[in-house]
Amino acid sequence: MALNDPPVPVIPAPIWRNFKELQEWEELHKTRPEGDKHSPVFESITEGIHNFPGGFVVTTAADAFLNWARKSSVWPVTFGLACCAIEMMATFCSRFDVERLGMVPWASPRHSDLMIVSGTVTIKMAPMLLRIYDQMPDPKWAVSMGSCANSGGPFRHGYHVVKGVDRVIPVDVYVPGCPPPPESLLNGLLLLQDQIAHFKNTGRKAPPNEKVD
Amino acid sequence: MNAEQARASLASTFGVDVAAGVPMVVTVAPARWEELGRFAKDTVGCRFFNFLTAVDWKEQGLEVVARVDNLDDNVALMLKTKLGPGVTTCPSLTPVYQGANWMERECFDMFGIHFDNHPDLRRILLEDTWEGHPLLKSYAVDTPHPPYR
Repeated sequence: MALNDPPVPVIPAPIWRNFKELQEWEELHKTRPEGDKHSPVFESITEGIHNFPGGFVVTTAADAFLNWARKSSVWPVTFGLACCAIEMMATFCSRFDVERLGMVPWASPRHSDLMIVSGTVTIKMAPMLLRIYDQMPDPKWAVSMGSCANSGGPFRHGYHVVKGVDRVIPVDVYVPGCPPPPESLLNGLLLLQDQIAHFKNTGRKAPPNEKVD
Repeated sequence: MNAEQARASLASTFGVDVAAGVPMVVTVAPARWEELGRFAKDTVGCRFFNFLTAVDWKEQGLEVVARVDNLDDNVALMLKTKLGPGVTTCPSLTPVYQGANWMERECFDMFGIHFDNHPDLRRILLEDTWEGHPLLKSYAVDTPHPPYR
């Protein structure tokens, strides 16, 4: 802003309203297509194999193998935003040791499969978060860790915080807590692995998983 | 200069009542704001610029508050100036105190006060595309900032 501008601050008119946007986003999540992580051509070929007599053996075996491989090497990108990141680091350290689940905290989004959004997402940080998420290769998952990332938390009525990281990126597992202890995050990561294990890649769409859906 | 001498000289120079205490509160008109800063630094010896902020008194307008300290003689001054209703300009203290630079930028960011003679008056915490000034009482928390809320 130049110094010669007229000294009149531009203040928008106050807009008082209900938080309707949140419900709209939840609707969007319900109607989000399940198969947005693989291509329709691949899907139609595998659907053909699945409907061939005896073909389901091939598709379910392939599914089981692919899902086992994926869930056994979920590499989270180290992305700490606030105090939740301390608990995330504790989860990665020796006492809670997520490496026995095949998770290696990796410092590059281009080699990672999972983003743990650990902390408050401000409006200024949201574009950078989206950019890091876009840099991760498919298939990728996101865990929203803590109240701030879930819904805005104690800063929900502030002026500067995104009211839930699911307004920026799609989220697979929400971990409640402020901050969640490492046990909670570990539980969330196990639920994510369970969700990955039920992902039907080649055959029919997965039925709803009672544990997480 | 000790606290009593500082109080007497401030009262005689600016013609205002200066309440004793820590810090001593000095309220002047905006026209004498920079002069007060210079007096506090050169004569009273308050070389440490502590902070600068503002208060939104709604209909009565904005008030700029700054605290400076003389750490050698243990004198603390709270400088105040009321801008009046609807006024958003204030003289800058940056020519006197270099430390006021970022404080005034933050004050501009949060309250929309334009400081004259400030060398680099930009937003410091919020992004440049932000609309409005969040710490004003007239700012609604639900002011939309697309696309994330």
